[in-house]
Amino acid sequence: MTTILNPKEKEEMLSKAAVQGRSLWDDARIRLFRNKAAVTSMVILGILVVLAILGQLGVWVHDYDTIYRDRVSQPPTWENLHLLGTDAQGRDLLARTLVGLGVSLMVGIVATVVSLLIGVTWGAIAGFVGGRTDQLMMRFVDILYSLPFIFFVIILMVVFGRNIILIFVAIGAVEWLTMARIVRGQTLALKGMEFVEAAEAAGVSQWMIIRRHIIPNVLGPVVVYVTLMIPVVILAESFLSFLGLGVQEPLTSLGRLISTGAQDMEVAPWTLIVPAVTMMVTLFCLNFIGDGLRDAIDPKDR
Amino acid sequence: MFAFVLRRLLVAIPTIIVITAVAFFMMKVAPGGPFDLERPMPEEIRERLLAEYGLDQPVWKQYIDYMAGLVQGDFGPSLKFLDKDVAELIGEGLPVSLMIGALAMLVAVVLGTFLGAIAALRQNTSGDFAVMSFAMIGVSIPPLVMGPILALVLGVYMGIFPTGGLNFSRYGLSVLVLPVITLALPQIAIIARLMRASMIEVIRSNYIRTARAKGLSASAVIVRHALRAAVLPLVSYLGPASAAVISGSLVIERVFQLPGMGAYFVDAALQRDYTLVMGVVVVYATLIIVLNLIADLIYSVLNPRVSYDS
Repeated sequence: MTTILNPKEKEEMLSKAAVQGRSLWDDARIRLFRNKAAVTSMVILGILVVLAILGQLGVWVHDYDTIYRDRVSQPPTWENLHLLGTDAQGRDLLARTLVGLGVSLMVGIVATVVSLLIGVTWGAIAGFVGGRTDQLMMRFVDILYSLPFIFFVIILMVVFGRNIILIFVAIGAVEWLTMARIVRGQTLALKGMEFVEAAEAAGVSQWMIIRRHIIPNVLGPVVVYVTLMIPVVILAESFLSFLGLGVQEPLTSLGRLISTGAQDMEVAPWTLIVPAVTMMVTLFCLNFIGDGLRDAIDPKDR
Repeated sequence: MFAFVLRRLLVAIPTIIVITAVAFFMMKVAPGGPFDLERPMPEEIRERLLAEYGLDQPVWKQYIDYMAGLVQGDFGPSLKFLDKDVAELIGEGLPVSLMIGALAMLVAVVLGTFLGAIAALRQNTSGDFAVMSFAMIGVSIPPLVMGPILALVLGVYMGIFPTGGLNFSRYGLSVLVLPVITLALPQIAIIARLMRASMIEVIRSNYIRTARAKGLSASAVIVRHALRAAVLPLVSYLGPASAAVISGSLVIERVFQLPGMGAYFVDAALQRDYTLVMGVVVVYATLIIVLNLIADLIYSVLNPRVSYDS
């Protein structure tokens, strides 16, 4: 005997049935946590983030901008608790490195969000609308791709002065192109997929299709790309800081610390080594997490 | 093919115009000018100077004048190096930048392809693991970290390589080693990763199995069949790679005190040396456009399925 369900019951049954299975994301999570490098990286990065937040709050005995004139370029020592030494101006390197790490991470996250917003919107519109609009929008992206962007960012920094908001916007505005391509390609491919058609044929509402089928499928590549983009953005900021165009003294970032450390490396090598190692560890962790996520969400590459 | 090249070159012209216009007007929006010194100069002299360089004209007129000069190959005089033309400055800096950049690209392509192919052919062995760890290091350590560290360890502590300058007569070619390695390292890493991924895909494909089945030697299968298909994704990476090398050279030239073109750029922008900034932007933009075109052409030669003559 067939039971005839009213549409509301049907929807409930359907969603219950879907919940029982292991979702794409459950699978991905299990795969991710099996990846030792990614898990270790997450732990280390977590510790770094906590340290950076503590550094921003200024809980350490030394402030990042306090100048001790009598303690210039001291190597790491227990004396006065300069655990990582002091820089050429007599400021505590540990405090400065933590503040710099915080600024770098913040730039990484905010600029990534900026580029995520632009890229997803642009790509989704191009993919959904299709046709001539799509052609025009993607042609525009192609042209931007071939520009020597770094020069524009440098000019931008010079023109509008070195403020931190501008760094977010400038870097984000440069890095959205690949995101737009990924989202557009994904949307375009999904629009023609059989399971979307099947869902339509089964009478699933448009909103349900977008929520259950389109968003989860676009989300995978986007999440992977975002994690891999954070290190790229951090690099872009440190690149600008290294050239003397990033954040301004006494505020600092890892790139700026490396830049000054490189100038003093012959007399005070720790001023180079400490921020350089911090940056390396951070980038390693982010890259391992990104790679782990990619393998977890999109396992066909292995 | 010819039509394709022509079409691309025609598209390049508006691109260059847009790039120059954006750079030009952005520079002009910037507060300050090339003659703002710490000690203010008398207003009369300032006006004379501005008039001398045509900077008293409306901005759009300045742009048209600049472009008119550019079409005839005239980059204009530098506003800061008072005895030199921008063309002269670029003529001094560009060969240095090109040499370092080209060497780095060469090293990156050769080593990266080789390492990636080895890793793919020995997939999941210790060799593969070693190459991939090296690639991870290369991706995670940018030139601005690697450069100073190499200079500190190999230059200052061990004294193997000179740490800066371009003194060929004193040190010979060894001055190039550290800058080229630093610049090439991230690209070696990226190319090795790309190569490994595409090689793994290729050697699993049917036509490679066919080639093996008909009794070709392993080396013939790899060299003649697999490599050719596997390098295709690399070719499309060449355009972005050259852009990355160019921006990397800004850092390298500062770290190793090389008298290249990138070294001028930041200072020129800070000092509002409009013509020098424009000159560097125009040269690099042209370079990137040309390199992208070359990459596309190589791609079509290697991949017969791609035809640009439709």
